[in-house]
Amino acid sequence: MITSFLMKSLDRDILLVVAILIGLAILVPALNLLMPPDHPLHVPTYLVSLLGKYLTYALLALALDLVWGFCGILSLGHAAFFALGGYAMGMYLMRQIGPRGSYGNPLLPDFMVFLNWKELPWFWHGFDMFWFAALMVVLVPGLLAFVFGWFAFRSRVNGVYLSIITQAMTYALLLAFFRNDMGFGGNNGLTDFKDILGFNIQADGTRATLFAVSALMLALCLVLTSAIVRSKYGKVLVAVRDAESRTRFLGYRVEHIKLFAFTVSAMMAGIAGALYVPQVGIINPGEFEPGNSIEVVIWTAVGGRGTLIGPIVGAILVNGGKSIFTAAFPEFWLFALGGLFVLVTLFLPKGVVGTVGAYFVRRRAARKARADQEPDNLVAEPMAAE
Amino acid sequence: MYRILQTLFVALCLLVSAHVVGARAADDLGALVDKLGAAKLADMDEHISDLAKTGDAKVIPVLQALGEGELYQRKSDGKVFLVKAQGADLLLVDPVTGTEAGEAPKSAMQKVKVNNAVRRAVRSALGGLTLFSDDAGARLKAAQSMLQMPNADALEAIETALATEKDAAVRTVLDEARAVTLLVSERGDDEKRQAIALLAEGHGRTGLAVLTSALATADASLKPDIEAAIARIEQTQALWNAGQNVWYGLSLGSVLLLAAIGLAITFGVMGIINMAHGEMVMLGAYTTFLVQEVVRNSYPELFDWSLAIALPLAFLATGAVGLAIERGVIRFLYGRPLETLLATWGISLILQQSVRSIFGPTNREVGNPSWMSGAFDLGGLTITWNRLWIIVFALAVFAALLFLLKKTSMGLRMRAVTQNRRMASSMGIRTSWVDALTFALGSGIAGMAGVALSQIDNVSPNLGQGYIIDSFMVVVFGGVGNLWGTLVGAFSLGILNKFLEPYAGAVLGKILVLVLIILFIQKKPRGLFALKGRAVEA
Repeated sequence: MITSFLMKSLDRDILLVVAILIGLAILVPALNLLMPPDHPLHVPTYLVSLLGKYLTYALLALALDLVWGFCGILSLGHAAFFALGGYAMGMYLMRQIGPRGSYGNPLLPDFMVFLNWKELPWFWHGFDMFWFAALMVVLVPGLLAFVFGWFAFRSRVNGVYLSIITQAMTYALLLAFFRNDMGFGGNNGLTDFKDILGFNIQADGTRATLFAVSALMLALCLVLTSAIVRSKYGKVLVAVRDAESRTRFLGYRVEHIKLFAFTVSAMMAGIAGALYVPQVGIINPGEFEPGNSIEVVIWTAVGGRGTLIGPIVGAILVNGGKSIFTAAFPEFWLFALGGLFVLVTLFLPKGVVGTVGAYFVRRRAARKARADQEPDNLVAEPMAAE
Repeated sequence: MYRILQTLFVALCLLVSAHVVGARAADDLGALVDKLGAAKLADMDEHISDLAKTGDAKVIPVLQALGEGELYQRKSDGKVFLVKAQGADLLLVDPVTGTEAGEAPKSAMQKVKVNNAVRRAVRSALGGLTLFSDDAGARLKAAQSMLQMPNADALEAIETALATEKDAAVRTVLDEARAVTLLVSERGDDEKRQAIALLAEGHGRTGLAVLTSALATADASLKPDIEAAIARIEQTQALWNAGQNVWYGLSLGSVLLLAAIGLAITFGVMGIINMAHGEMVMLGAYTTFLVQEVVRNSYPELFDWSLAIALPLAFLATGAVGLAIERGVIRFLYGRPLETLLATWGISLILQQSVRSIFGPTNREVGNPSWMSGAFDLGGLTITWNRLWIIVFALAVFAALLFLLKKTSMGLRMRAVTQNRRMASSMGIRTSWVDALTFALGSGIAGMAGVALSQIDNVSPNLGQGYIIDSFMVVVFGGVGNLWGTLVGAFSLGILNKFLEPYAGAVLGKILVLVLIILFIQKKPRGLFALKGRAVEA
């Protein structure tokens, strides 16, 4: 009964969020481009990029929520998928620089000229074409997740162990991408981008478009995950989360179910990374930091794991807070973030959206129950039933 | 009568000849020195080695003067003097007797010419001469320099020195130096073979270098011997290298063990994912820093004891922090391991930022006590004291912990609670207190690890971050809930890492180890020594 209520309300809420996102995708670029800069409603370009960055974070959190909230796999390596998608996009943007780099080499990016490399490494080929890079943005993280998940789920590595080895994975990638020999720019990563699809990446129009694309992509992925979790498969996914052994004994191939969710989630994280890079203008190995992955977990937890809107709200809340805090009291941001981790796990296990949603659900149920019992005394004291 | 005369005559002759010989020795030296004045630069080499062969200590100042350009020849009679500048005139010193021999105007003297070749010859000759110094340290140094730069001319000097040398350490080096020098000399093949055999016994790089260069010029008959010797040296060197790698691996393993052993308690025994574990290590290191600050400012004579003072304090301080964390946060999260992970991560951020706010973000200086600095050689291994002590300390902590868990009533309770909480509770054990104390114990041990790690790592707020992933790897690899597994895991990962490093480089080696662990977990999801039974599923 309650679940059907929940599903119904979620349904409506998701449509609402999608509508908001589409509205943002039109409104923010419009306010940025059409309003004169001194108009009070004008949205400055830096804010557009900042909000766009939040939206990519929200997409990353949504991806994590699919595996953690609905399948119980706490991945501490999602930043790795995000960064891989980012690197794929970064490689495309690097190739677009062409002969405009400091060394003016038409083929090789600056850092390769600097390292005295003579030719392009094989894995850089093809990245001059956008469609290829876009394909790699989803394929590389997806493939990594597929292989990793294939091994891990098949040998029934789960719970904490899985968290720890995903963390080891992102740590290994961090170390690998720091190496100059890897051919990804080492410590400095990829930066100094010039244009994307022929448009100047610094231009207001491009920034606004990137924001709109991020918002629309987030809306699309939200609808997609919503469809996944509301399908029959989604119900099994939740069953795996709540009673893995029992689901297996009922005859489901738990490994396959987990693997599908994990791979889709990694692909979404890759897309988020690819949208993130052109908006911040740099990708470096720091994105692989294990700490980053854990931060994504806290966005999801703050917003509410197991709800689809929660991670979006959480990512925007926490990162908005971070932007404000680090500007106002840089010393205290880590205290605030640390405190958030502790308080949310202790007092808000369902997150903001989960708690608020549950409150509404209960209130509605109580109202209905009372309406059924005493039809005379309708909405007398809604709080009394709590 | 005749006999008496004869005896007298003989005695007389002996007397005279003795006198003549003595005079000749001094004259000889004088003549040799004088030859320097007249010699061409090309012949200088020969004269210098003639001088050196006398083995006379008086030659030393002469050669030194020659090298420094303080040797002058008197134009009038060609005699050579040591010279000290004294105003416009030069003060002459007799090279043989060392007495002053009057003054002379600069115009009357001519400087003995030197060039770099001569200076080099002087240096090597001096090296040979200091072989006869009274100071064993100087002799050792001279022998080592001859070993480094073998010079055929010095062979006789070395052999003379060997005949009288008593000091064993100097003898060993001299023996090697002799062998090395022999190879570059004109001696016969048999002696050279012996020298090669001697060099093959040793493990020095010099021997290898000399043999390799000798291989190019040696006779065909000697070549097989040299090749065999080179092979042998390379083999022993490979062995020592492997030994050194094992040592480095043990050292890294002990660091991993120290970092992981507290985690083996909190994670392994209690099942708490304590992401703040690294920060406990960091707090321990900062305790050491504070103790050393106090000791340095107030009781400098106690500095060598600072670590011993810091150990119990670090244990208590981090143990107390651990207790507070358990009572304040973790006890509400039992049975929800993933939430524990997040909460403790939050705590770790808070602890890091607190330390950063109090002590600043930069590295803090923590000194090594005298008994932990320096190194010694063991065969071909170089062993630093601090690494050795850390291995000893790690093993001691391990043993103490094992004792605590297996032989004390506290340990019995801990194990009871781990294995069956409800049953333990029914038997009257206060499980919540056991939980709190176990967590405090794990944290306290991490703090003690911090004291040790402060000796080899930078003490900064990020200290713990570097260890947290490695510690988890060790515990998971070794098998959760098994202290022996942690020990084996730590040392095998340490050694594996150090063996991969020479081939793959430090970073790639580490990446390989991580990948290997990930693959290993696929094979054995519960680690090397897995717990069996129902406790696993709980």
